[in-house]
Amino acid sequence: MDSVDFCCQAGSIHGILGENGAGKSTLIKILSGVLAPSEGQVIFDGRNVAYRSTAEATADGIVCIFQELSLVPDLSVAENIFIDQPPRRFGLIDTRKQRQMAKEILARIKCEDVDPDAHIRELSLSRRQMIEIAKALVKNPRVLILDEATSALTSNDVQTVYDLIAELRADGVACIFISHRMHEVDQLCDQLSVFRNGQHIKSFAKGALSEAEIVQLMIGREITAQFPPKRDKSLGETTLSVSDLRWEDSLKGVDIDVHAGEIVGLGGLDGQGHKELLLALFGALHGVEGQISLKGRPYRPASPALSKRLGLALVPEDRKTEGLMLEMSIGDNLLLPNYPEVSKNGVIDGGMAKAAIEKAVALLQIKVGSPDHPVETLSGGNQQKGVIAKWLMLNPDVILLNDPTRGIDVGTKQEIYRLMRDLVDAGKSVLLYSTDYAELIGCCDRVCVMYDGRVVSELEGDALTEKAIVAASLNIHTEAVA
Amino acid sequence: MKFLSFSNPADRPLIIALMTTFVILLVGTAYTLTTQGTAPLFTPSYLLQQLQIGSFLGICAAGMMMVVLLGHIDLSVPWTMTAAAMMATTVGGPWAIPAGLSVGLCVGLLNGFGVSVLRIPSMIFTLGVDSVLRGLMVAHTGGFAPQTKASPLMRYLAADTILGIPVAIFVWAFVSLVIVVILTRAGFGKSIYAVGVKEGAAYLSGIRTRRVITGSFVASSLCAATAGILLAGYSAKAYQDMGTQYLLPAIAAVVLGGTHILGGRGRYLGTLLGATLLVFLNSVLSILQMPESYRQIIYGVVIITMLLVYGRGKQN
Amino acid sequence: MINKVKASILRNRGFTGAFILFAALFLTYQSMHPRGFSTAVLVQNSNEVVALAFVAIAQTIPVLMGGLDLSVGAVMTLTNTVASHVVTGTPLQMLFGAVVTLAVGAGFGAMNGLIVVYGRIQPIIATLATGAIAIGLALILRPSPGGDIDGDLNWAATNAVFDLAETYGFADNGNAAWLQPFVNIPVPLLILLVVALGVWLPFKRTVTCRTIYAIGSAESAAHLSGLPIARAKIAAFTLAGFFAACGGLYLAVQTSSGNADITQAGTYTLNSIASVVLGGTSLMGGSGGAIGSMIGAFILRIISFYFRILSIDPLLQPLIEGLVLLVAVSLGALRTFRVKNKLDLFR
Repeated sequence: MDSVDFCCQAGSIHGILGENGAGKSTLIKILSGVLAPSEGQVIFDGRNVAYRSTAEATADGIVCIFQELSLVPDLSVAENIFIDQPPRRFGLIDTRKQRQMAKEILARIKCEDVDPDAHIRELSLSRRQMIEIAKALVKNPRVLILDEATSALTSNDVQTVYDLIAELRADGVACIFISHRMHEVDQLCDQLSVFRNGQHIKSFAKGALSEAEIVQLMIGREITAQFPPKRDKSLGETTLSVSDLRWEDSLKGVDIDVHAGEIVGLGGLDGQGHKELLLALFGALHGVEGQISLKGRPYRPASPALSKRLGLALVPEDRKTEGLMLEMSIGDNLLLPNYPEVSKNGVIDGGMAKAAIEKAVALLQIKVGSPDHPVETLSGGNQQKGVIAKWLMLNPDVILLNDPTRGIDVGTKQEIYRLMRDLVDAGKSVLLYSTDYAELIGCCDRVCVMYDGRVVSELEGDALTEKAIVAASLNIHTEAVA
Repeated sequence: MKFLSFSNPADRPLIIALMTTFVILLVGTAYTLTTQGTAPLFTPSYLLQQLQIGSFLGICAAGMMMVVLLGHIDLSVPWTMTAAAMMATTVGGPWAIPAGLSVGLCVGLLNGFGVSVLRIPSMIFTLGVDSVLRGLMVAHTGGFAPQTKASPLMRYLAADTILGIPVAIFVWAFVSLVIVVILTRAGFGKSIYAVGVKEGAAYLSGIRTRRVITGSFVASSLCAATAGILLAGYSAKAYQDMGTQYLLPAIAAVVLGGTHILGGRGRYLGTLLGATLLVFLNSVLSILQMPESYRQIIYGVVIITMLLVYGRGKQN
Repeated sequence: MINKVKASILRNRGFTGAFILFAALFLTYQSMHPRGFSTAVLVQNSNEVVALAFVAIAQTIPVLMGGLDLSVGAVMTLTNTVASHVVTGTPLQMLFGAVVTLAVGAGFGAMNGLIVVYGRIQPIIATLATGAIAIGLALILRPSPGGDIDGDLNWAATNAVFDLAETYGFADNGNAAWLQPFVNIPVPLLILLVVALGVWLPFKRTVTCRTIYAIGSAESAAHLSGLPIARAKIAAFTLAGFFAACGGLYLAVQTSSGNADITQAGTYTLNSIASVVLGGTSLMGGSGGAIGSMIGAFILRIISFYFRILSIDPLLQPLIEGLVLLVAVSLGALRTFRVKNKLDLFR
């Protein structure tokens, strides 16, 4: 995050808008004591404050509701709400009073249907998020920060939270409200601020700018990356065809075709089912319904091991926990999916393994001291190249990528773009999910925008613009921002 | 094999274990020098004899390491040993050893199924299997010491010598060689480490994690069965409860060798050194005529102290 | 109201299952026994179950935290030998001896906790080593079985309430009218329930206990919520030591002696883990409780009672015990097959 100046007043609701990775979450992490600013200061009530923990911030009345839940799944609702400050009697927790107080607070957030004795594990995501809000309320906040706190809520609950925030504002509480849902922010907040690329772009009063102007502010950045030229050849055959794919509540009938020789992008806001789609295609989910065909043959994704054999590869979301074994060596990581290829009778052929590693390192220009060093010694960009390399060693036909350029430097990004283009030019197919719209536009031949478990829009050629993607991912009509 | 270097944190437990073993032998020698004026501890015959007895523990620890690397544990070792020994002596003749090993194979497959498919914590599943094996063996023998004898081949492997070196040490060396090859040269071994580090990531890399887990448990049970067969050969017969005293030392040997109890890290050389350390610790305590009580305390204190020292190394 | 009960039963599925299994086994056993439901049988049964029940409760608390205490059996043995030395003399001296015994257990547990928290050694390994130390100390205290615990105390503690009153001559030697509803209750059961419930139920209502559950359920959420994690870990092991000492003390009174039996210590530790699992506590931590483990210990013991009345070959006992354990945990594992996101299996 670059130098940000930002202020908000007691008794007001301040909305923060911005794309994924614009620096909103970093800001609130600093405000609430999770992170320390490397420069600059936070002034609260005229005092210069530097919190070292969330507990210190809470003591001052700055309470944050994080996206990641801080609830203990095996404890009851009442226990979670009063987790560290329960009502006591004779030094012991007064469970009856705790239940009573929990009931009161649940009534205040209109969750009377929630049993205070129910375990968090039993509740829906929406209800859990409401409990998280209740947990924040009992701390008597003077500044309440809601980071995407409404994204998991049902529309009824969202209305309740609005009313609640309005109520708090009347009591002189300052609220900082972060949301992807633009109409929501527009409706609720007194003041709006737009963030982009770790910078504060503009603050303005509600209604001062139109929706179209706000979208323009959010996306109006200079293009930072160069993209290789797109496909000029005609399309190959359909390699992967998905129709009416369903899984739990996340996928509600996805249809997508991917051809040989093209990069298909998946766009949209976080949590609309992209990750689940990629995992489902790779066989990591159980109970997937719908038809998939791979290279013209019906395909049932039963396990990653099977998918690997049939020529699929997945570069997962989090390279540190899902893609790599950080403490293992670079060579071992690269070989992980490839042991059958470099082994004879189950014993690794040292020469073949070495050759395969060297080839992969050279192909992706991974900067390594020695393949024996642990992966964690590599830079983020080189780690990500390692994840891609370990799959390319298998020469897969369809490569699924889950946000492969997140958190890596511009130079490496461009190498990855180049690599994807080379792959499809060689007749492979790429399905790319990215949170970076510029990347989708620059790289992809076609972008499918997902919303609520479905593909709501397919953009191609001249129709593939940032405005169109933003509009489709907010599920508002393109005309509104034209 | 690379030489150990103190600057490499992964090597440090191994070096400390090696040094501790020497200290233990020096303490024993100091004692024998002052009381008897001799130093038998550094004679080849003494060392070989101790390693012969230690081979049973060493082989158990080798197998245990395979499952600890996964972040699991195998508590069925004691009765896998006993059951394999009893079956081997019951069948007798040329089929004695195959019978014992097939007990190990079956137990390993069962453990692997429970842990990898049913996903029951290995701690409890292998405990149950151990109890079932005990029940089967008690029912089989009627609770008495079995009258059957070890086959000549079992006797040879456990108690005989080649060129003055006990055959049991060769068996231990052979098992060690197999484990080292698996862990360093086979895709299966590399997959064990991967599953131990992060099972989810290994799964997403297309590794058949169920097979890997089952394979490790089979390896562990086969090692336990081998140790049981050898022990029966050494004693010329199988007897009740012959494996119980090997379970905790086997786990301790693995951990003292620097293998992380939550899986993913560890080298076989460490387990070898850990087992040797415990064998010599035991034998020196016998020479010192240490009563059982002090032995147990020294045992516990050595383990805790060494782990505390390892932990300090990690922070720096 | 009915819905609430239903929800509560569903929430404590493991405990409910254990309780039903226990009730079925117990009632069947008693009705098959020629002297079923008689005081003598009840007294005998409860005498056999108390020590294991205490050790199972001891094991529960570290398990709730996602750890494991392999030293509970050894601590029980250690305190058993301590008690065989100090629980003698006048009633006041005996009481003091009992307090000393319990303090030794709690102290040993606190040491475990300190090693785990500040030595950063995994609980399972740390307690494996301290267990050996405890056994060593026990062997020093009692190289061979022995001890002279007061015979009156032994008689009073291992029989029915009537005998307790008669021994110490209160309530008209047990004939007082107000005592009549209680005279047939076995004293061992009474001791178990009073101590277990008297300590566990208040403890459950502390932030420390809440933290133990939270650590086992989601340690990161516990951190985010500002809970006292180090304190809770040390407290968990201390309490484990205390309950193990209760078991050791009772065993000393019951057998009138102390015995540093290594095999017995190991068996108790392993049985305590089995009881905890049978009682519906997850080895991953976060859910379950001490009462369930107590029931789990009852189940484990009742199975062995059956061998006496069914004239089954007692040689089959370990086999059947093992099978019951395997079947029970496998049933609990069936919900694994309903997991939709396979990656969730690995967390």
